[in-house]
Amino acid sequence: MNTWQYVARRLVQLVPTLFGLLILIFAIARIMPGDPVRLALGPEATQEQVEAFRRELGLDQPLWRQFVSYVSGLAKGDFGTSIRTFRSVGQDMKDTLAATLELVIAALVIAVVLGIPVGILTAIYRDSWVDNLARAVAISGVALPRFWVGIMLQVSVAAGLGIFPIIGRDGGEVPNTVTGFYTVDALLQGDLGLFGSALRYLILPAFTLALPTAAQLARLTRASMIEALRQQYVLVHRAYGIRRSRIAWHFALRNSLTSVLTLLGLTFGALIENAVLVEVVFSWPGISAYGAAAVLAKDFNAVVGVTLVIGVAFLLANLIVDLLYGVLDPRVRYG
Amino acid sequence: MASDVPVATLQEPAGRSGKRFKVVRQLFRNRLSVLGLFIVLLVIVAALFAPYVAPYPEDAGPKVHFDRALQPPSAAHWFGTDDVGRDIFSRSVFGSRLALQFAVVVLGIALTIGIPLGLVAGYWSGSTLSTLILRVTDVFLAVPPLALALAVTVAFKPSLTTAMVAISFTWWPWFTRLIYGETLKLRTEPYIEAARALGQNPMIINFKHILPNIISPIIVKATLDVSFVILLGSSLSFLGVGAQEPTPDWGAMVARGRLYLPFEWWVSTMPGFAIFITVVGFNFLGDGLRDALDVWDQ
Repeated sequence: MNTWQYVARRLVQLVPTLFGLLILIFAIARIMPGDPVRLALGPEATQEQVEAFRRELGLDQPLWRQFVSYVSGLAKGDFGTSIRTFRSVGQDMKDTLAATLELVIAALVIAVVLGIPVGILTAIYRDSWVDNLARAVAISGVALPRFWVGIMLQVSVAAGLGIFPIIGRDGGEVPNTVTGFYTVDALLQGDLGLFGSALRYLILPAFTLALPTAAQLARLTRASMIEALRQQYVLVHRAYGIRRSRIAWHFALRNSLTSVLTLLGLTFGALIENAVLVEVVFSWPGISAYGAAAVLAKDFNAVVGVTLVIGVAFLLANLIVDLLYGVLDPRVRYG
Repeated sequence: MASDVPVATLQEPAGRSGKRFKVVRQLFRNRLSVLGLFIVLLVIVAALFAPYVAPYPEDAGPKVHFDRALQPPSAAHWFGTDDVGRDIFSRSVFGSRLALQFAVVVLGIALTIGIPLGLVAGYWSGSTLSTLILRVTDVFLAVPPLALALAVTVAFKPSLTTAMVAISFTWWPWFTRLIYGETLKLRTEPYIEAARALGQNPMIINFKHILPNIISPIIVKATLDVSFVILLGSSLSFLGVGAQEPTPDWGAMVARGRLYLPFEWWVSTMPGFAIFITVVGFNFLGDGLRDALDVWDQ
């Protein structure tokens, strides 16, 4: 089986999972006891207005028919209308998705740059004070509630030192949309001032999101490096008199890369999951904060849409990791 | 005796004498896990004796003392006071009660659902029922827990119970998966095969022979999960879909304190610190248990 057939098969396998997810979320969202229509229109609305809006949304139909019409809408790329913003959920998500992706990718870079080297170093200097200290820090780091870290950074670095803006994504000026990532778009535009500003807004939220993940990554990298350093060939190299650190960086690292890659898949999932907390704390206009607001407003179309999008992103990330295995480790055959 | 050899190989690993003692000794050799155990015991004591530990126990409820609102930390109020003058230390102490209750209920539900399903899926692996169970867990695992729990709360009024239901709902598949994998490994062990060959009831094989032998990874996961569940629960409360005023929930307290940032920083900082310390304690302990029980990451 060649690579493309494998990719196609894996993509097809995603379909039942996604369909199950759709049924699950849809069922949860539609059995809610509260009256979302009343909530959306406010207490001033008359009973006739509520009934009319309910009919307009199709909520007077039996559940299975609502599901069928929702799915046939989805097939055309229609996620329904939000009862909070009164706009198309698809459009709302399109406007907010790039902000979340920019945040998550920036956090991923920070987590990798901080976490992996620390994991490798602690594996090399295993059981020394460096290792013990880093382990204690890493286990504590995992325990940090992200919403709290964000608030602490807002109080100390942003408000106290005044280095970074406290909340938001831009200082009023936005680059022309190409990718939707403000930092990248500003660079494409050649506007360094705008790039600097976008970066200053991005750093604190990205760092907050990344910190516990970096700690987790360091722990897991350490474990897989220790496993790799236990292999026979390491002993052979040691017997030839090659320095431990050289063996680690040149040989063991490559061999533990596949497990580090799995970790990246997990890391990406954790970042997408926790983006909601960071977005709420920093008023970052992303899709997760949009989803959280939708939950509070009982805006079910938006909740179903956002959950599906997050699920798809999560599953795709895992798929990409699986595919990269074959590139990094020739022992892994697609099958 | 000729029968010695097969009997010896059919011996179940669980229940070997002296193993428990070794685990405890191993656990106490690691300084971090001792620290973790200490923190965990401290939190449990605070939770059990909250009305006696808290200097102002009446502040756990909807009490107001506007005369001492928003006071910074001092000898009288270690963590300061909030916007209606309640002692934040007392509220944080009562918060430990909620957090532990929360974790116990969620993990209790998750284990009650997760263990039988995992055993069934593993023991009868390949059967239609097993495949069905695994496909259902796939659906649940397709969305990260916080996102799924958040979506679940849309169907209910915001409350602590809502958050508990939502997280239990998302948590059991992780246990099912773990137990499925472990059962699958044990299924072909000689002592299980022997029990099966003797015509033992599968229920008894599962609960009396398989479960006790996979209990170590379950204990380790459950201990580490206490910290994740507490983090998740406080996150839901922080986002406003969990515990509501005047419940002294840590996450809800942090959220309320945000209104008084950056000047009255202690209102948000102190309850967040309580979450952090508690979660660190369970992490250290779980990590130590993993080493002591010799359980490897999946």
